[in-house]
Amino acid sequence: MDELLLPAQRLFGAAWPTVWTLAKIIAITVPLILCVAYLTLVERKVIGWMQVRIGPNRVGPLGLLQPFADVFKLIFKEIVVPTGASRTLFFVAPVLSIGPALAAWAVIPFDDGLVLANVNAGLLYILAMTSVGVYGVILAGWASNSKYAFLGCLRSAAQIVSYEIAMGFALVGVLMAASSLNISDIVRNQSGGLSHWYIWPLFPLFVVYLVSGIAETNRHPFDVAEGESEIVAGFHVEYSGVAFAVFFLAEYMNMILISALASIMFLGGWLSPWPTIPDGLPWLLLKMCAVLFIFLWIRATFPRYRYDQIMRLGWKVFIPITLVWIVFLGAMMQTRWAYLFH
Amino acid sequence: MPSVATLAFDYVPALPEIVLLVSACAVLMIDLFVPEPRRHVSYWLTLLSVAATASAILYVFHNTPVRTFGNMFVADAFGDVLNFLTCLTVILMLVYSRGYLAARGLFRGETFVLAMFALLGMMVMISANHFLTLYLGLELMSLSLYALVALHRESGTAVEAAMKYFVLGALASGLLLYGMSMIYGATGTLEINRVTTIIFGGHANRTILIFGLVFVVSAIAFKLGAVPYHMWVPDVYQGAPTAITLFIGTAPEFAAFAFMTRMLVGSLAAVAFDWQGMLIVLSLLSMIVGNVIAISQSNVKRMLAYSAIANMGFMLMGFLAANVNGYSAAMFYVVTYVMSSLAGFGLVLLLSRAGFEAENLDDFKGLNQRSPWYAFLMLLAMFSLAGVPPTVGFYAKFAVIEAAVDVGLVWLAVVAVLASLIGAFYYVRIVKLMYFDDPVDKAPLAARSDMQVLLSLNGLSLLFFGIFPQQLMGMCVVALTRSY
Amino acid sequence: MTAQTVIFYAFAAILVFAALRVITSRNPVHSALWLVLSFFSSAGVWMLLHAEFLAIALVLVYVGAVMVLFLFVVMMLDVNFDKMREGFRGYIPVGATVGLLILVEMALVLIGGYLPAGATPSPGQTGPGYSNTSALGRQIYTDYAFPFEIAAVILLVAIIAAIALTHRTRRETKYQNPNEQVKVSRADRLRIIDMPLEKKE
Repeated sequence: MDELLLPAQRLFGAAWPTVWTLAKIIAITVPLILCVAYLTLVERKVIGWMQVRIGPNRVGPLGLLQPFADVFKLIFKEIVVPTGASRTLFFVAPVLSIGPALAAWAVIPFDDGLVLANVNAGLLYILAMTSVGVYGVILAGWASNSKYAFLGCLRSAAQIVSYEIAMGFALVGVLMAASSLNISDIVRNQSGGLSHWYIWPLFPLFVVYLVSGIAETNRHPFDVAEGESEIVAGFHVEYSGVAFAVFFLAEYMNMILISALASIMFLGGWLSPWPTIPDGLPWLLLKMCAVLFIFLWIRATFPRYRYDQIMRLGWKVFIPITLVWIVFLGAMMQTRWAYLFH
Repeated sequence: MPSVATLAFDYVPALPEIVLLVSACAVLMIDLFVPEPRRHVSYWLTLLSVAATASAILYVFHNTPVRTFGNMFVADAFGDVLNFLTCLTVILMLVYSRGYLAARGLFRGETFVLAMFALLGMMVMISANHFLTLYLGLELMSLSLYALVALHRESGTAVEAAMKYFVLGALASGLLLYGMSMIYGATGTLEINRVTTIIFGGHANRTILIFGLVFVVSAIAFKLGAVPYHMWVPDVYQGAPTAITLFIGTAPEFAAFAFMTRMLVGSLAAVAFDWQGMLIVLSLLSMIVGNVIAISQSNVKRMLAYSAIANMGFMLMGFLAANVNGYSAAMFYVVTYVMSSLAGFGLVLLLSRAGFEAENLDDFKGLNQRSPWYAFLMLLAMFSLAGVPPTVGFYAKFAVIEAAVDVGLVWLAVVAVLASLIGAFYYVRIVKLMYFDDPVDKAPLAARSDMQVLLSLNGLSLLFFGIFPQQLMGMCVVALTRSY
Repeated sequence: MTAQTVIFYAFAAILVFAALRVITSRNPVHSALWLVLSFFSSAGVWMLLHAEFLAIALVLVYVGAVMVLFLFVVMMLDVNFDKMREGFRGYIPVGATVGLLILVEMALVLIGGYLPAGATPSPGQTGPGYSNTSALGRQIYTDYAFPFEIAAVILLVAIIAAIALTHRTRRETKYQNPNEQVKVSRADRLRIIDMPLEKKE
């Protein structure tokens, strides 16, 4: 690999490290955006099938070109800025929502050693980045100068801030089990087959993480932030064209990020279920697909929560569960069954 | 798996704090399940917890200082005595304020729990051996007190008082932290006894040290309510519900005194000459301003606030002598002031009923005709605050003046005597109202029997220690000499 | 000038600028957002100092949680700063004089008074396996366990106080009690009255 890159290295000279990092970033971002495009198609297809419909099937074979049609439609639409909107913030908001969603991928390991930045405090970095994403929502709602958008932004920001706590605590359980904040180390600590994955000792935390993940991304059944029946489309009701597309992209990218994190933290990342089968990237992708399918499945199945129910679930159910399990975990680690929890 | 360092601390010296923290958390949880009409369960549990803490202090009593938690915590006779007195004060405060709180919808679990946490904060401050714990204890105490003041939300004055208390308290915390950071910059340590060794070793930058000292003394003056940092005292005393005023005006004085002793005697004794000058100014202004302004007050709580300011001035006068005599006179002064103040505010509480705040001096009119015994107790409290002979307040004033004269500050002592003469006027005015005026409301005062007993003991103790002060004074001297 | 120095000055410049905008911008929401930016840049400066845990915690706690709630309050309150600033100019001469005096005095005392550079040992180079986070954690849970616990109690008090001060049952709000609703029986709702027949006149 290194020999193949030598000519390029000579070509760029001193700028090579920067160029190489940029290349790596592009290698992560482009497939990610394609994934988002096709995730929207899959979502519509899967929900269609579940509701005994066909789903999109007109553009290209089996509707495979549908995402591109959507993208072109959005690109050619006019971006309308509402009167009285705070112009700068109106355009900064979509950027702020997609920025953290992309930045978090920097520390996600795709395979042993295949990671953009192998930092020690990777888990903390992820937590910090996901917590910053809420600014896009808040600013979009505020800058739009629209009551629907503002209501949506308040709902969604309160929800995100609440579920972030449960999510953070769920990850604390993971870091206790792995005794490391380095994400690659967390995966390596789960090696040894299916039975060593953290989903077993941390099962309640896994469930909490998954559900909080859905709530974090404002997905159904927690999507009161864009509850169509009450506040039209919530915080991005005033956005159209590319600006809207960016919000859309951010939401799906966050979904993929949550599924990647769930796979890495609880399902062994790139590791194969049996030690005899070789590990690798396909396993991670497979696990992510499975988690994403659960997201879609939930969307097609459950009715929407009422807002106070969402808050009660977050504060009065999930946070206590995670706290109790963290204490239980800590206590068990001092006993002779500690090996079960590492 | 990296090896885990064990927490091999000696926990026994901190037993009282641990007992209090655990029981406060327990009361917090139990209170959730206590139905409204049985709220007194939480109340008795709170009293039990504080009493248990007080007995734990007696159980672990230290004759020689013991340091633990990596030298951040010190348990010595000085701390134990003050901790014990603080616990007693909180018990008295709870008993005195029961009826008052119940009449205003404040007889709630949160009140008790916050009072316990405030007590914990005071105890942490009293036993601190590190600037960090000193500051954290102060914040714990202050935060609980701000909340206690604001707890009576229906009252606009209480919320306003809480706001003022909070903003000025935060300012004081800022000053304190700034001063501490200067001292850290000069000495390179936050540990109280190491600061002393470094200063005595001559390794500290003196300019920075004095600069930090100014901020620290300002913060202490803020907490004590000494002039010119007294602005918050009258407003907070007047605005807060009287039961909370009683709390703010008593127990935290012990903590503030301990704070001052730990800071100025424990770590900055080497620059005693410098803080002596600052304290002279504070003491002088407090005695004059407090006593003069108190005369024009028609509100009892406000009058007692100015009396508190003036009394802190007297206490500082003893402290600034900067020798064991002075410190023990100041400690004696704080103890007697808190005792008198407890009795005085207890009587104000007793005069208040549901829907009626006894705040004006006129409410004391003819108390002798209504309830002669309570009038007598109030007389004792007022005489003690004024420093009239048979009561303990006289001996306390005598001791601090003597301490000042011993170090050659005769002029300050003269001012103090004059100030206390002015002060006697407004204390005696209450006595006159009680004994020589006719009452507006003729109904005798009613109190629960536990409050009657404790209030009577409290009032009589002012007389008892006034006649036999040696025991109490001896205790202060012993506590200080065994610790410093 | 190394790349690190350049980055430091960039962060520091952004930090100072953003901090100035916090107090000068007219719109309180903008002020809050400038504050977010200044938190971010100080996190960057800490990162340069190898304090990675503190930097990330700053972003996580202050940017991710505290400032969000701040923005919430500011957006809901609709504070009119122009009204609050009325008469502000009148105080400028006095305020500026006092501020300047304090500044000069402090400068006179402090200049040259600190320990010279190099008086305290620099942290030194750390190996690749060194984790700032675990080192900090070890300190907090061993040497600083006592203050750490007290800080935890302070946070507990803050929670209790916040709930006690804001939570109240409003009398005007009408609640449904599903428990009672389910238990309702025919007898509670329906009353059959015996009425005598009335003849048509």
